[in-house]
Amino acid sequence: MIFIYLISGLFLGWSLGANDTANIFGTAVGSKMVKFKTAAIIASIFVILGAVISGTGAAHTLGKLGDVNAIGGAFTVALAAAISVTWMTKLKLPVSTSQAIVGAIIGWNFFSNFVTDVNSLKKIVSTWIFCPILTAIFAFILFKITQKCLNKAKIHLLSLDLYTRISLILVGAFGAYSLGANNIANVMGVFITSSPFKNINIGNLFVLTSTQQLFLIGAIAISLGIITYSKKVMMTVGNELFKLSPVTALIVVLSESLVLFIFSSSSIANFISSIGLPPLPLVPVSSSQAVVGGVIGIGVAKGVKGINFKLLGKIASGWVLTPIIAGGISFISLFFMQNVFQTQVYKPITYIISENLLIELKNKYNLDDSTISKLKQLQNKNYTNAIRLKSYIENKANIQSSMAVKIIKLAKADSIYIDSSYVKLVLTPSLFSENQIKAVKSLHGKLFLHKWELEKALMQISKEWQYKPALPQNIHYNKLLKEKYNYLFEKFKKSQY
Amino acid sequence: MNIFKKSKELELKIATFLDIIIKGATEFKQAIKFYMNNELNDFEERLDIVDKYESKGDELRRDIENQLYLYTLIPESRGDVLALLEVTDNILNLLNETLLQFSIEKPFILQDLKIKYIELTDVVINSVEELVRAIRAYFTDINSVRDYINKVYVYEKESDKIAESIKRYIFLQDIELAIKIHLRDFTFHIEHIADEAEDVADRLAVYTIKRMI
Repeated sequence: MIFIYLISGLFLGWSLGANDTANIFGTAVGSKMVKFKTAAIIASIFVILGAVISGTGAAHTLGKLGDVNAIGGAFTVALAAAISVTWMTKLKLPVSTSQAIVGAIIGWNFFSNFVTDVNSLKKIVSTWIFCPILTAIFAFILFKITQKCLNKAKIHLLSLDLYTRISLILVGAFGAYSLGANNIANVMGVFITSSPFKNINIGNLFVLTSTQQLFLIGAIAISLGIITYSKKVMMTVGNELFKLSPVTALIVVLSESLVLFIFSSSSIANFISSIGLPPLPLVPVSSSQAVVGGVIGIGVAKGVKGINFKLLGKIASGWVLTPIIAGGISFISLFFMQNVFQTQVYKPITYIISENLLIELKNKYNLDDSTISKLKQLQNKNYTNAIRLKSYIENKANIQSSMAVKIIKLAKADSIYIDSSYVKLVLTPSLFSENQIKAVKSLHGKLFLHKWELEKALMQISKEWQYKPALPQNIHYNKLLKEKYNYLFEKFKKSQY
Repeated sequence: MNIFKKSKELELKIATFLDIIIKGATEFKQAIKFYMNNELNDFEERLDIVDKYESKGDELRRDIENQLYLYTLIPESRGDVLALLEVTDNILNLLNETLLQFSIEKPFILQDLKIKYIELTDVVINSVEELVRAIRAYFTDINSVRDYINKVYVYEKESDKIAESIKRYIFLQDIELAIKIHLRDFTFHIEHIADEAEDVADRLAVYTIKRMI
């Protein structure tokens, strides 16, 4: 059954493989520098590796934008994105899978009355604009360096040809890895929350998480797209799009791959924030737009006068048009799925402004007494419409939109009940330390309305449930702890009993 | 055979082909000198050598052509490289043909003109040598190609001037018209080699722009 729901995501993956690999191997194959067979095998392998190993970073940001919590909804969202991409491609409008999926998720948020995290949206949109600019900068710098080196090295045309071929394959492999890592979130990101897969422990060596299994399937769909359909695209689009010399094509592909990698690599993001630079968001970006940025970068480096503003305008219109179209299609399809096909497209979430929440808000965000007393008017009622609750908070307590989103996140009601007899069954010593298990047991019989309440209680009891300071060396530890918390929430949710 | 070895081998073949052009040009210069000094046996010997170079040049060019296609090397510049080698090979053919005409027709050279013909040959061969340098630079040092091409143009202009002065001198002499026309033709044959070098240089200039990254 799950595979039927996954079909829309797999179709999106197939189309991504068929179209976007041309941005990596297009020139190499189109100019016959690399055989299609070689390109297809390398691209398939590295797309899968990239997706499974480094795919989670960019998926996380998409998840923040909208947490599609029912598989029927995920199916519809991915389908809406796929329809928008196919339709817009047919109309010859500029389109990117990344922009389509974001629009479709926002459509889902609207339909399900969930609040769209404006901060995440801002982050994503600014990255789309930043991505071609960054690729242009990379291409400019790499072009200048390559030009200097080649002038100095005086390599024979034939040797240069050989080195270029080898580099095209190596950079192509890197590009495919980055494409897999960055764009798998577009294909499978919406299925993460509703994924039915369980973690698989492979010979006690490593754990293949449910997300990784999902990404593996998505990446296989991308590979199928590469093998079955990308040759045509590589031969035509890849060659026409940027008719460059093999060396310049190599520079463009390298710049594009670097940008895709930067926007998907957690370690680079950590490194950048550790040296005091503003943190880079991990966001799925469009490889086609990165390529155009790269070509412009080369043009500027070569001193070509005048930038093709028509082309730039086309890209910019895609940033606006694609999400709107995909959002509209998503909203309409969700309506049909729910009312005509009687499929659950979202699981309703209840929000409660509890006494504990008000105390937490006072302590954590220093809200003054008058604001708290205004919020009290909303206390202890069940709200199922987050958008309506947000407007209540904004209007009644005169609170800013970003703060209102934070309050809503904390107000999510989960009802977690700790039963010590169940602890033995669920908390295995291989995953949790003795002190951690003890701490959970000590909370026997307690009911927590919000997840963060349980977190707070456990942190007070045991140091081993406390997060370490957000330093690069602690990132792995904190991520692991977060996963343990999520496991705990899932297992002790009241509905589980 | 591995692709690294194949590529190196082909580089060597192209270098050898250009060596042959240079050697052929040098032998041509010597042959003309021998002819002007009436040392006809030595002249014939040089003609034989140039003839052998010409055949070897053809053979090498075909071999390079085949390998470039067979191993799909330099797909972007393959057409240019092949055209370049072909027109360069034409120069070698021209050197051989010119000597052959001297050998068959045995033109009578006026005493005063002998030194002028040697001078013309020197300048023409200089243009060929600079052209070969330009072609070598096309393969390894693209930024110097222009310098060598400019030298080819300078030598070609110089050859035009010398040829003109020879022709004017011929037609001022009180000799039979047939001799005048015969001498004019031979002036043209030698001068034409520099013209051909100029044409190749023109093509090379375009190929160079195409090869700039």
